[in-house]
Amino acid sequence: MAGEAAPVNAEVRVRMVMSRAELCRYNDVVSREYDMSVRMPEPDAPVLARRDQIVRALRRIVPGEGVIASELAMRPYESDGLTAYRQLPMVVVLPETTRQVSRVLRYCHDQGIRVVPRGAGTSLSGGALPLVDGVLLGMAKFNRILETDFDNRVAVVQPGVTNLAITKAVEHRGFYYAPDPSSQIACTIGGNVAENSGGVHCLKYGMTTNNVLGVEMVLITGEVVRFGGKHLDSDGYDLLGLVTGSEGLLGVVTEVTVRILQKPETARAVLVGFPTSEDAGACVAKIIGAGIIPGGMEMMDAPAIHATEEFVHAGYPLDVEALLIVELDGPPAEVDHLLERVSEIARSCRAAVVRASTSEDERLAFWAGRKAAFPAVGRISPDYYCMDGTIPRAKLPHVLARMREMSQTYGLRCANVFHAGDGNLHPLILYDANKPGELDRAEAFGADILRLCVEVGGVLTGEHGVGVEKRDLMPAMFNETDLAHQERVKCAFDAKGLLNPGKVFPTLHRCAELGRMHVRAGQLPFPDIPRF
Amino acid sequence: MADTLRPRDAKEVAAVVEWAAGEGKTLDIVGHGSKRGIGRAAQWDLTLDLSGLTGVTLYEPEELVLSARAGTPVSEIEALIDSKAQALAFELMDYGPVFGAGSSKGTLGGVLAANGSGPRRIRSGAARDHFLGVSAVSGRGETFKSGGRVVKNVTGYDLCKVLAGSWGTLAAMTDVTVKVLPRAETEQTLLAFGLDDRTAVRAMAAALGSPADVSGAAHVPARAAPHIAGTATAGRSVTALRLEGVAPSIAPRRATLEALLKPHGELIAVGERASRALWQAVRDVTPFEAPATGAAAPLWRISTAPSRGPEVVAQVAAQCEAAAFYDWGGGLVWMQVTGRADAGARFVRRATAAAGGHATLFRADVALRASVEVFEPQARGLAALTARVKEGFDPNGILGPGRMYAGV
Repeated sequence: MAGEAAPVNAEVRVRMVMSRAELCRYNDVVSREYDMSVRMPEPDAPVLARRDQIVRALRRIVPGEGVIASELAMRPYESDGLTAYRQLPMVVVLPETTRQVSRVLRYCHDQGIRVVPRGAGTSLSGGALPLVDGVLLGMAKFNRILETDFDNRVAVVQPGVTNLAITKAVEHRGFYYAPDPSSQIACTIGGNVAENSGGVHCLKYGMTTNNVLGVEMVLITGEVVRFGGKHLDSDGYDLLGLVTGSEGLLGVVTEVTVRILQKPETARAVLVGFPTSEDAGACVAKIIGAGIIPGGMEMMDAPAIHATEEFVHAGYPLDVEALLIVELDGPPAEVDHLLERVSEIARSCRAAVVRASTSEDERLAFWAGRKAAFPAVGRISPDYYCMDGTIPRAKLPHVLARMREMSQTYGLRCANVFHAGDGNLHPLILYDANKPGELDRAEAFGADILRLCVEVGGVLTGEHGVGVEKRDLMPAMFNETDLAHQERVKCAFDAKGLLNPGKVFPTLHRCAELGRMHVRAGQLPFPDIPRF
Repeated sequence: MADTLRPRDAKEVAAVVEWAAGEGKTLDIVGHGSKRGIGRAAQWDLTLDLSGLTGVTLYEPEELVLSARAGTPVSEIEALIDSKAQALAFELMDYGPVFGAGSSKGTLGGVLAANGSGPRRIRSGAARDHFLGVSAVSGRGETFKSGGRVVKNVTGYDLCKVLAGSWGTLAAMTDVTVKVLPRAETEQTLLAFGLDDRTAVRAMAAALGSPADVSGAAHVPARAAPHIAGTATAGRSVTALRLEGVAPSIAPRRATLEALLKPHGELIAVGERASRALWQAVRDVTPFEAPATGAAAPLWRISTAPSRGPEVVAQVAAQCEAAAFYDWGGGLVWMQVTGRADAGARFVRRATAAAGGHATLFRADVALRASVEVFEPQARGLAALTARVKEGFDPNGILGPGRMYAGV
């Protein structure tokens, strides 16, 4: 079996222990049990048969407590933020040095053993879901900040450092690391690189890919390579850009160099309520059309407004259909000027409520509701399912209308929070997993929403990644040729398909099969193509 | 001169590449040819000219997105989006002055294939950071797409990134989508005079590390300074810091910088018009523009950590007759080397390797480009990976083989 990638043809029963509501929240859920299935690569029986021998070999590479093989101790690694899917790995390895990572990967490569890399395990798409016959490679021990270089405005860190810890390490000099996924307290920068994580501020400050300057990466062969550094742009092909967002399928990152920015001097927000979502959408378009790129611009629909207001009492108006929070950051004179312009635009868009923050407390209160939106929805429904698609912003009223129709068809409520600036939509589908069939309906509803996103010119995922969750929807966006061009990149990095198989791509192809080329020799067709 | 094929649409591009793949004919992909002088001196069987694929197919200013056929002239796109007060934020250079040719920013596809950028790179990124979606024909003759038309997207591998800066060696792009951004309402530039290279880089680091949100930071030593528009410097170096944004935000930011840079002597602020001219000169590398007559000296473009720029220049200048200036706060060094058969490659490579980064022989005659590597030579592991990526897109090696590296 070694040397050949297995097709995704085996139905592995994965036990679902908790409700799908956990997709977007991490605790406070009554434990229930379901069975659901996801097709993962067929387990490699010869590898499983050699498990004891493999564990011993790994212990020789990573001594002490760095190899975990007991079922009880492996339990915390059985799922990531997408807790619907659970699977114990064959063994967990927690290396501490690049050399150990290199030796573990080389060993697995030589032995034909699959490897699933993991950061903090906060993925919402199942990117770190273990494989029954795979090594789960946890990078949590790589938790040191190696260098803060203020002259060059970069930080060099190990991949297990949390997103927020980078900011904490540089904020005494007024700096911060810009991408801020909502899991930033827990998620690691290595995982951010793997997923190309976003956050509330990406319209103005970019996603991970725009803020990472270099990585050290270990390939599945054990080879250590470096892309980028403290300088800008790539010397040859932009392999750094390619591995960012590759969901752990191309290599294991062991060091990251990120750009750090000076914190804006001040920030103010304005809260705007609209009688219709069309008005809100038009307002967002007008703000951007006026040349203003806010630091953050978030929208909520009526169900989300009501749920959050009941939960945190942020002072949101309840008689509006859509609520917009627009935040401006920069020097005070600029922020005041732009806030006034945004308020004028809002009033011209039939806003029913326009309230600018006059203090830091008030600004934070505006955000308190938005930030509590997921748990707030969790209060009004036993379970919910959080989606993540991006649409061209102008399609928002159409998409919301279609979602209302779907909501009726499926008999399930839906609340929407929306990164309005960049069109990233997070519909929350409300359901009760205790009611037979509701979970299935919620999943079907979710898939329909994502197909709708693609249909209107958008994409399946804006920031959560494909993972296992959206893997089988990929053909809605890409045809076989599109996917084959992506898979050949995978082959260039990992010809045996051992790194994180079963994620991102709906079908596993052998690299030899993908590489085959059917050429047609002969005359140039279209003989009338102009020649000179 | 190789035979040129000039397809009129994406379908014809696919037909040409498929045919060439079958016949084993190598193709040199060009748009307007503004960057043809960049790259190793290789020869190809045919030229695939994409300048016939023109037209903006989608422009939605409020969505910050524009799609166009790859051969659309950048000048046309810039004029269109300027009418809506928007711009390509990565600030593209005009290749005309450096190559002694007519003014040309090339085609959108060409700019993306070269991953172009200008002084605003430090704040707003390069072409790669604005490249949202693509439809292209790989060396297999197959049409594929990647990305989309929305600014936030993590669906599948980001193939736009690897196509940006691939110099036409992976695929022929036919349709591309880029992010456009509001252009700054106004701008001002603060000038400091007479600083030596190291002091200037320290001053720029302080400015870039302040909340003033500097969008351009260049240092031009005395020798090159007379070629920068709008700086009557009387034999002194000039260090320039640009502030862009809405009018009310400029004055307080300027005050921040003035307080910060007080130790560096008198600062002069120049207004919008002079500021634009100055940054255009930095962007287009006019200190090293090709002479009206005679051969232009070899020109290097070196990307390094900003604080290391001066030592790279000093090390090369200790061995060669070299003149240089700095953009990107010191992180981009433009260096002209004269009187060396290898354009000083040995010293440039050694200094760049020591500082970290990469050097490109941006301008040199064919003979020199045949004997000296143009792009930064890669370590063995990276070179092998590069070759495997190339093989995935172009297994028969028909798209610009040898332009970047031998055998790629």
